[in-house]
Amino acid sequence: MDVASAKLIGAGLAAIALAGAGIGIGLIFGNYLAGALRNPAAAPAQFGNLLLGFALAEATGLFGLVVSFIILFVF
Amino acid sequence: MAAPEHGGGLAIDPMHQFRIERLIPLNIGGYDVSFTNASLFMLIAVALITLFTTAAMSKRALVPGRLQSMAELSYEFVANMLRQNTGQAGMVFFPFVFSLFMFVLFLNMLGMVPYSFTVTSHIIVTFALASFIFIGVTIIGFAKHGIGFLKFFVPSGVPLVLLPLLVVIEVISYLTRPISLSVRLFANMLAGHTMLKVFAGFVIALGLAAGWLPLLFMVALTGLELLVAFLQAYVFAILTCIYLNDALHMHH
Repeated sequence: MDVASAKLIGAGLAAIALAGAGIGIGLIFGNYLAGALRNPAAAPAQFGNLLLGFALAEATGLFGLVVSFIILFVF
Repeated sequence: MAAPEHGGGLAIDPMHQFRIERLIPLNIGGYDVSFTNASLFMLIAVALITLFTTAAMSKRALVPGRLQSMAELSYEFVANMLRQNTGQAGMVFFPFVFSLFMFVLFLNMLGMVPYSFTVTSHIIVTFALASFIFIGVTIIGFAKHGIGFLKFFVPSGVPLVLLPLLVVIEVISYLTRPISLSVRLFANMLAGHTMLKVFAGFVIALGLAAGWLPLLFMVALTGLELLVAFLQAYVFAILTCIYLNDALHMHH
C-alpha cells in the first residue's frame, strides 16, 4: 500500500469518531424532549444546559474530525 | 494549512478559505508581525462591536427602540449567564466575559458572510484566547484562596487509597481545559466552513441538471452554521463562567 492511499484510509478511520458525537447529541436531545414532555414547566430553565451538553458532545466528535483533517492536509 | 496535492477530485479547494494573506508586510526584530487578513477581520469585529453598543445606547430611551433592545438583550443575556454560574461574586468580571462573548460571536458571524475570513477557524487565535482565560482564572484562584487553591485538586469523600490517582486525574483534567476550550471552537468553525465549501463544490460539479439538490442542502446547512456560530460563542462564554466559578468558590 502506498502512502497516499494509507493517508486517505487513515483520515476516513479518524472520521468514525463522529459516530459517537451523533449518538451523544441524539441522547441529549432525546432525553431533553422526554423530560420536557413529562414536566414542561421545568423545560425552559434547562435549555442552557441542553445547549451546553450538545456543544460538549459535539466537540468530542469534532476532535476526531480535526485529526482527519490534519492527516489529510498537514502531513 | 498546506494545500492538498491530490485535490480529491473536487472542483474547488475547501481549505483555500483559511489561507492567511499578508496585507501589509511588517518585520520587526526578525519577527513576522505583518498585518494579515486575520488582523483585519479582528479589527472589523472590534469596530462593529464598538459601533453597535455605542450607537444602540446613545439615545438611552426609557422605552427602547429596536437597536437599543438588541444591546440590552445581549447585556442581560451575558449578565444572567454570569450571575447564574458564579453568583454575585463573579459580577466584577462582567466586562471581560461580555467583551469575550461579543468578540467570539462577531468573529463567528463575520465568518458567515460570503468571501469573508473566519478568524476563529485558526487554532492559534482560539488557543491564545483560551490560555489567557486559563492563566487568568488560575491567578484569580490563587489570589483568592492562596495556597489553599490546591485543595481544588483533592476531591472530597474519597478513600485514601484512591486519592493519589484521583489527584493526578484532576490535575490533568485541569491542565487540558485550555486545549479543549480552544479546540472546540476551532474544530466547529473549521468543520462547518469546510463542509459548506465541499457542498458548494458539489453544486458546481453537478451543474444545472442536479446542482439544485446540494444547493437546497446548503441553504439548510447555512442556517445550521449560523446556529453553531452563536452556540459556540455561548459555550465559550459559559465555560469561562464555569471556570471562574471554580476559581472563586472551589466546590465541585
